[in-house]
Amino acid sequence: MAGKHTRPRVATCSLAGCFGCHMSLLDIDERIFELAELVEFARSPIVDKKRFDRRVDIGLIEGGCCNEENVATLREFRRHCEILVSIGDCATAGGVPALRNDIPLAECLAEAYVGGPTVHNPGGRIPDDPELPLLLDKVYPAHEVVRIDYFLPGCPPSAEALWQTLVALLEGRPLELPYELIKYD
Amino acid sequence: MTESSRRIVIEPVTRVEGHGKVTILLDERHRVREARLHIVEFRGFERFVQGRPYWEVPVLVQRLCGICPVSHHLAASKAMDLIAGVERLTPTAEKIRRLMHMGQIFQSHALHFFHLASPDLLFGFDADPAVRNVLGVAQKHPELARQGVLMRKYGQEVIRATGGKRVHAIVAVPGGVNKSLSAAERDALLADVERMTDWAEAAVGVARDYTLDNLEQIADFGSFTSSHLGLVRADGALELYDGLLRAVDETGQVIFDRLENDRYAEVLAEEVRSWSYMKFPFIRSLGPERGWYRVGPLARLNVCERITTPRAEAARRAFFAALGDPPCQVTMAYHWARMIEVLHAVEAIHELLLDPDITGDELLRSGTRREEAVGVIEAPRGTLFHHYRVDENDQVTMANLIVSTTSNNEPMNRAVRQVAEQHLSGRDRITEGLLNHVEVAIRAYDPCLSCATHALGQMPLAVELRDADGRLLDRRTRG
Ligand code: SF4
Repeated sequence: MAGKHTRPRVATCSLAGCFGCHMSLLDIDERIFELAELVEFARSPIVDKKRFDRRVDIGLIEGGCCNEENVATLREFRRHCEILVSIGDCATAGGVPALRNDIPLAECLAEAYVGGPTVHNPGGRIPDDPELPLLLDKVYPAHEVVRIDYFLPGCPPSAEALWQTLVALLEGRPLELPYELIKYD
Repeated sequence: MTESSRRIVIEPVTRVEGHGKVTILLDERHRVREARLHIVEFRGFERFVQGRPYWEVPVLVQRLCGICPVSHHLAASKAMDLIAGVERLTPTAEKIRRLMHMGQIFQSHALHFFHLASPDLLFGFDADPAVRNVLGVAQKHPELARQGVLMRKYGQEVIRATGGKRVHAIVAVPGGVNKSLSAAERDALLADVERMTDWAEAAVGVARDYTLDNLEQIADFGSFTSSHLGLVRADGALELYDGLLRAVDETGQVIFDRLENDRYAEVLAEEVRSWSYMKFPFIRSLGPERGWYRVGPLARLNVCERITTPRAEAARRAFFAALGDPPCQVTMAYHWARMIEVLHAVEAIHELLLDPDITGDELLRSGTRREEAVGVIEAPRGTLFHHYRVDENDQVTMANLIVSTTSNNEPMNRAVRQVAEQHLSGRDRITEGLLNHVEVAIRAYDPCLSCATHALGQMPLAVELRDADGRLLDRRTRG
């Protein structure tokens, strides 16, 4: 990884996730300034780069895919990242959003926009504007859409687990997390 | 759309990653015809929670939002306490939950103010985007940036000590909590609390100075008159964990007052619009046209009569002394109000840590099962409603949620439109700085959907100008 450019580049995104995995990354606290020295953030909420202008060394994926935009973003990440890591239960397994997978999508929409004690919807129309991306029939974990290199479980993985993973990958070391850091909650 | 009309799309990374986007339509004379904030995210929680056992809901539902999971955890728990037949928790259980909630208010507001809003406030809306982010703040104001990070850390530590984990706590159960604080945990938090209080007071000063120094520029910025809604105590004081509903109209007249939580559906409804997955709540008696309202820090200051902790109360008085009697309608004053709540939260944390109940061991109560309940709480971004029905097999049969950001849906849309009309209308070139104005207005509300996306920087943008046939005329991206 070294040699190609000065600092390794890291990109992150949140697909059908709750941002909790990103919050856990922020939970490295003061080390966030250290991380900003260590790596260059590309295409991440952490800085304001929206597009990939160059290849990126490590991509972190939070969340699975629940709509067509998630799929497009994930494919874009795969095209531009050397190493792609699924972080958290949503990316690795679909997580809580995937609880809708056993239920017809139409029922989920009807419950939210037609039924419900406070819904005011005289026409009974469910949001369908072309500005809204198409929902997928199911919520898919990231590896069912693209190849994923590493899987980090947890909901969310702890800040320490995220930190050690990043540092190991940045240093090109094999990824060996101590037992206590691997949690499936 | 006429041939020469243009469509501008502002896509925060939230949109690319599936959360929200802004579209602005200009007519042939470059006047704003329409400006909308679309929420493109749909989960289906109301349906898929059906059939789950009710005690599972507090840990399940917080996965809707990792930025303020404590609020969902507690709002659901309050409803499930009632489902379990428990009207009053033990003093220890209630105080542990309050402490966790105050930790959440503290960390979330600190994150929003320091990581997200301060670059705009310190460097200006039009500043070079290369420095207009928190790393720029870290370079120019290293002490302020460090304090912001450490304040967030402190709030997260309060959540971890009470809730077991920093993100997605596991402490509240129907009827109480499963853990209180140990003396060691309490002392560790007490060790830093005074420093945090001083920093919080300093942050109030930063927000106040910013507001007053720039009042002329920001008084009309994304501002409009609206109603306001929030929880208050029975005596009218600010209440964030367990209060009664109060709404005031744009002149400060009370619309409803000290309403019990379980009557929320009598006074509130949510309109569905085809272009957003987020509904548009309104006060029923005023109707969908006029009944929209604001929630969150500014609304809470506008509906309450006082704050129970002394330093925050002094700050509240200074706020209204400077800006005039409530209701204050200045959208950018949300930031100042937010910092007053940060001060209140840390004062409340201090009081709770000194309370002997906080290390008590009476954690749980039980009662006679009920079928239906409502839990309401003031989340960092505003009033949050959870409403459930549970059948005799303990399975959820109905769930209705009005999340805080939803209540600010109409206000955010109005702010976007107002700023677009003021700053984009009549121009044929839209600069990056102008676009940031639109985001600054959204950012005042700290919407869940985007606050994380600029957790450490500003909201990324892509803007496309297209003609009526969808042909790309111009394109701007940041970064
Ligand atoms: S894994 Fe958990 S914390 Fe991460 S996005 Fe999913 S629900 Fe949120």
